[in-house]
Amino acid sequence: MNLEAVIGYLPKYVSGSWVTLQLLVLALVVGLAAALPLAMLRSLPSAWVWRPVWAFTYVIRGTPLLVQLFLLYYGLAQFDWVRAGPWWPWLRSAWFCAVAAFAINTCAYTTEILHGAMRAVPAGEIEAARAFGMSRWMVLRRIVLPSAFRRSLPAYSNEVVLMLHGTALASVVTLHDLTGVAREFNSTYYLPFEAFITAAVFYLLITVVLVALFHAAERRWLHPLQPHAHP
Amino acid sequence: MLHGYGASLAQGALLTLSVAAASLGIALVLGLLGAMAKLSRVAPLRRLAQAYTTVIRAVPDLVLMLLVFYGGQMGVNALSEQLGYGYIDIDPYVAGVATIGFVFGAYVTEVLRGAFLAVPAGQREAALAFGFSRIQVLWRIVGPQALRHALPGLSNTWLVMIKATAIVSVIGLSDLMSRAAQAAGATREPFLFYLAVGIVYLGFTSLSELGFAWLQRRLAAGSRRVSL
Amino acid sequence: MQRRSLFLITLVTALASAAAPALAQSPDWKKVRIGVEGAYPPFSEVGPDGKLKGFDIDIALALCAQIKAECTLVQQEWDGMIPALNSKKFDAIIASMAITDERKKVVNFTDKYMNTPARMVGRVDAKLDASPAGLKGKRIGVQRATIHDRFLTEVYKDSEIVRYAKQEEVYLDLAAGRIDVAMGDSVAMDGGFLKKPMGKGHGFFGPAYNDPKYFGYGAGIAVRKSDTDLQARFNAAIPAIRANGVYKKIQDKYFDFDVYTETK
Repeated sequence: MNLEAVIGYLPKYVSGSWVTLQLLVLALVVGLAAALPLAMLRSLPSAWVWRPVWAFTYVIRGTPLLVQLFLLYYGLAQFDWVRAGPWWPWLRSAWFCAVAAFAINTCAYTTEILHGAMRAVPAGEIEAARAFGMSRWMVLRRIVLPSAFRRSLPAYSNEVVLMLHGTALASVVTLHDLTGVAREFNSTYYLPFEAFITAAVFYLLITVVLVALFHAAERRWLHPLQPHAHP
Repeated sequence: MLHGYGASLAQGALLTLSVAAASLGIALVLGLLGAMAKLSRVAPLRRLAQAYTTVIRAVPDLVLMLLVFYGGQMGVNALSEQLGYGYIDIDPYVAGVATIGFVFGAYVTEVLRGAFLAVPAGQREAALAFGFSRIQVLWRIVGPQALRHALPGLSNTWLVMIKATAIVSVIGLSDLMSRAAQAAGATREPFLFYLAVGIVYLGFTSLSELGFAWLQRRLAAGSRRVSL
Repeated sequence: MQRRSLFLITLVTALASAAAPALAQSPDWKKVRIGVEGAYPPFSEVGPDGKLKGFDIDIALALCAQIKAECTLVQQEWDGMIPALNSKKFDAIIASMAITDERKKVVNFTDKYMNTPARMVGRVDAKLDASPAGLKGKRIGVQRATIHDRFLTEVYKDSEIVRYAKQEEVYLDLAAGRIDVAMGDSVAMDGGFLKKPMGKGHGFFGPAYNDPKYFGYGAGIAVRKSDTDLQARFNAAIPAIRANGVYKKIQDKYFDFDVYTETK
């Protein structure tokens, strides 16, 4: 193991991690903010309302993130009318295209996770709430949503980690994220082991922190649903 | 319409499916083993499984695949030299399937663990009280009920996996994505080809979702759902 | 516990034996695997039929015929070329790879089989100045891990260097206006970009670069350091195909000038 080369490259790995984190947080915040209203719409009984949302999540979840990213970045730039249009200053930037692609992607998955969690709220609880005279909105706000958020935690933690992995694709559209730095290291020094294991260690550190945060959240909010003794 | 690249894309699509299917097999096996290990009473086993799921889920597939393809090859070379064999090639197909199967085994572990936990503890206790052996409890009581809870997570994992196969193009496997990239670069029409790729993947996932919906209906007999 | 470990052992053995049917190394070099890129027109690209074609491909096949070996072409992403060679994924790289001192630290090269200079390409109406001062603040696109990448990184410190995995991606972004300049091999950019419809309005500017410190001594065939006999065989084959006219025939198929010595 050529540790000398690795240590020399560490500052770049750190700045790459910073880029990765920025991409991740931006994508998650935008995606989650959009997913909340979408999940509620998705759970309404009227087909006019939930079908369009379903179509959106269906297409986004049905295609690879790499394809979505390429379509946004290379695909749109191919057309003259796009390059002459008002959106071009945004679409021109690799940063914008990457965050947009990631945000749209995580929004679709999060919508489905929240929707599934909302449906998993025990039927009896909803019926009881309605029997007590709560309006639909109140049932949503006081019974369904709190329960759904808690139930979503394990699946959402999965989604957050997957989105972290997704950010690695940013290197494919010229951004200097953690994976991009590793590939540069590999192609400069021809040391694949050192290059990618170092990147893996950085990703591992980020993930450990994220998982610990979610475990703490689960302990606090999912306690009633956990098993209490070893089987 | 596709400037003559249609046949090439079709071949790539078949390869993509093949990689996904092979990886699924490995992932299911590893996932079941992992879930049982995580829920077992043997502490070292639990810790090993925890390390597996934590480390594997911590590193992007892209990075792991590059590690397995280049680093794994070096490792195998060193090993085979020691043992006196000739060069054993880890071809991109094996590297891709092994990586994806290994990676998603960790995700399946979590899904199955959640599914097992979702089955009320009383079911297992009652079965044991009746004298079922542990394997029988798993196979006849807990397993089928857990399967119903596991389905959404498993279907999500399968869908993620089939799309993750897009990255095998990075290690030189001529799958759908890599052929589309070649066509796009040669014809300068990336939109057309990536759109085509998107549609093909959508086809794969649609069929998969139909399959899972059917399975879900069959296994959900007996549970109620109330809408808002 | 026992059943589980038995199962695991079986699984591992099954996987290992699946990987085993492999090309055994033939020390007499009757079978040679050649690493090529497939994304660098006109030197190597993939046609609609999925087959590799290009100058590098034809040269590779001609050299193999000359050394009387059966060759398999293995496609590989550019930035993993040398690691793949050293991992024994293939035995030689024929991908317009420049012979540089940096690379010679990790692989051996044959004599050159081609030598074309590097140049910069930009929009003609931008009237760009190719000096580091003139391109200050501009975005220069380049393929990652090339001699051009290293040159730009060390000399053009005030410009923003944007790196791509494939040369073709550089062309796409140059045409889209995401980068102001592209740097690469003059012949590749001429045939792969300037002469195509998307290259309209663009042209070369600045000098031809061929300082050996950055741009090496021409393109050669890379082999592992331990394979000196393969290196020698190729070294004998290159002048042989130049002498018997095969080189010229291939060259004329793609270019109307000499690519072996300096061009332009």
